Amino acid sequence: MATELGPTPVKGPASGGTPVHHGPKGVGEDNKILSQGKWATWLLAPTIIALGIVIVYPIISAIVMSFQKDAGLDPATGLFTAGGPAGIQNYVNWLGQQCAAPGGGTVACPPGTLGGQFWSATGTTFLFTVITVTFETILGFWMAMIMARTFKGRGLVRAAVLVPWAIPTAVTAQLWLFIFAFEGIANKLFNASILWTGSEWPAKWAVIIADTWKTTPFMALLILAGLQMIPADVYEAAKVDGATAWQRFRLITLPLVKPALMVAILFRTLDALRMFDLPYILTGGANNTTTLSILVINQIRQGFNSAAALSTITFIIIFLVAFIFVRFLGANVVEQSGATGKGKK
Amino acid sequence: MTTTTASTELRARQDKGRKAAQNREKWAQARTYISAVVILIWCLAPAYWMVVTAFREVGFTYDTSLLPTHVTLDNFATAFDTSFGNRFGQALINSVFIGVTVTAISLLIGVFAAYALARLNFRFKFLVLGFILGASMFPGVALITPLFQLFTNIGWMGTYQALIIPNISFVLPLTVYTLTSFFREMPWELEESARVDGCTQGQAFRKVIMPLAAPAIFTTAILAFISSWNEFLIASQLSNDATQPVTVAIASFAGAQPNQIPYTAIMAAGTIVTIPLVILVLVFQRKIVAGLTAGAVK
Repeated sequence: MATELGPTPVKGPASGGTPVHHGPKGVGEDNKILSQGKWATWLLAPTIIALGIVIVYPIISAIVMSFQKDAGLDPATGLFTAGGPAGIQNYVNWLGQQCAAPGGGTVACPPGTLGGQFWSATGTTFLFTVITVTFETILGFWMAMIMARTFKGRGLVRAAVLVPWAIPTAVTAQLWLFIFAFEGIANKLFNASILWTGSEWPAKWAVIIADTWKTTPFMALLILAGLQMIPADVYEAAKVDGATAWQRFRLITLPLVKPALMVAILFRTLDALRMFDLPYILTGGANNTTTLSILVINQIRQGFNSAAALSTITFIIIFLVAFIFVRFLGANVVEQSGATGKGKK
Repeated sequence: MTTTTASTELRARQDKGRKAAQNREKWAQARTYISAVVILIWCLAPAYWMVVTAFREVGFTYDTSLLPTHVTLDNFATAFDTSFGNRFGQALINSVFIGVTVTAISLLIGVFAAYALARLNFRFKFLVLGFILGASMFPGVALITPLFQLFTNIGWMGTYQALIIPNISFVLPLTVYTLTSFFREMPWELEESARVDGCTQGQAFRKVIMPLAAPAIFTTAILAFISSWNEFLIASQLSNDATQPVTVAIASFAGAQPNQIPYTAIMAAGTIVTIPLVILVLVFQRKIVAGLTAGAVK
């Protein structure tokens, strides 16, 4: 068996008759890789099986469910039906914002029902994502640049940025609800009397500000780690050559930190697209702050199967965004995290 | 004579240049400090506000003086009070129980996978790594619907296992990729020498690598525990009054009057939930930051 795989032709016992010690290099290497592969299989099996149970199984059953009708009263006959195959009707209903009509068929969902909120929830989700990730990237980059400098008290700053990150999102939401209360500190500080959670744009800004506060540190730390990978002598050389601060930033910092930056933006974008805790607690999804995740959760108790269809749509949206990032914007997560392993062997 | 004037002139110009450079340096330093103070205020002020409010009398909930006023410990008693239907004490126990269980299971399973990914050469390594990274970015809502139906059907709604199993879906991938990047940086030559001394790969792993890996594993455990401790979405749907974790308890905290949010008590509860984490994070700051950023830049 090993004869075929060996890099150097190894004579079989029949032709050479040389015993055990023949070709220790070739055969040994092969056995090593073979045994490493075997080892890897055994070591990885528990994780793969566990993830199969907790992720792959639910995802497959969600997809199966999404092609089933919701059990419930049939509006056409008024009788309880157990569901049955629905084809792609659940998806069509969500995308076209159609609801089942009494007497069969579908009509446009009346305003206020969950079915009529798909596109507005999608819009809100993307709006939150684009604005928060933009803010977090700019602020995070600035924080990282500051933390990368040497100054007294740098340790304190680096510790302080971990505080918002360490506070659970549910607590963050309640905290900002209090800050944005009508008689709260935000209105007092800015001498305003805004009902923050009472109308559309203040409510959206409340969510955006709270999310930016909570997650900028994570961004800053990822970018800082990227900055620290840039060797200092590159900057020295540029300085000697007379590059201005802006040139150094544009021509050295940005391109060299780009891989880490792209991964940080990818992580944050995928995280923001599934945003749930903050708007759910802060505004309850009122005033057009319902994200796709909130819509799924609200739908679950009204019908599993159409909730499954919506969660599958959400999953596909997130997957597509991740794909675009990795394919076209060069955020290579696996390469990034596999780089050292590859180099070192 | 002319030469001396020239040299003094030159020296004067050099001095001027040096002074300008020094000024620039000073100015840059000052800007750094101003920025640092802005960052400190931005990060700490809201958290400070939570703690200050937690110690304020209920009647002065909306007091906006920045320093602690009307200091009291009542809010902490109110937070644990169960007469309005809040079960904060129980929720704390639940969160610790769920967090510890999820962390232990994830580490127990994940440590082997991380070792394989960091140390062994095998086919499909990048595929496996990609699968695990993808799993950690997985949206929770995509899992919740089938789990909701499944757990309803088998009578698991509101049980601990119904909260622990879904948490593994995001804690285990996090554990594996954090540990993988820690393991890549360890002095594996020691393993080689153990092998030379006659240990099997399994023995080398158990006797040499495990003790060396302890700090990495500990850091990963903290990160895993925090992410389980912070989980809200799944718990808000699958738990009941008896098994709900603190995040759910705090989100639905009820006061004496139905229309009045008991902010001071909520801030007290928030402080209790947050302070241990903040202390833990600050003590192991360096390690935590390394662990947090490990997956992204290494």
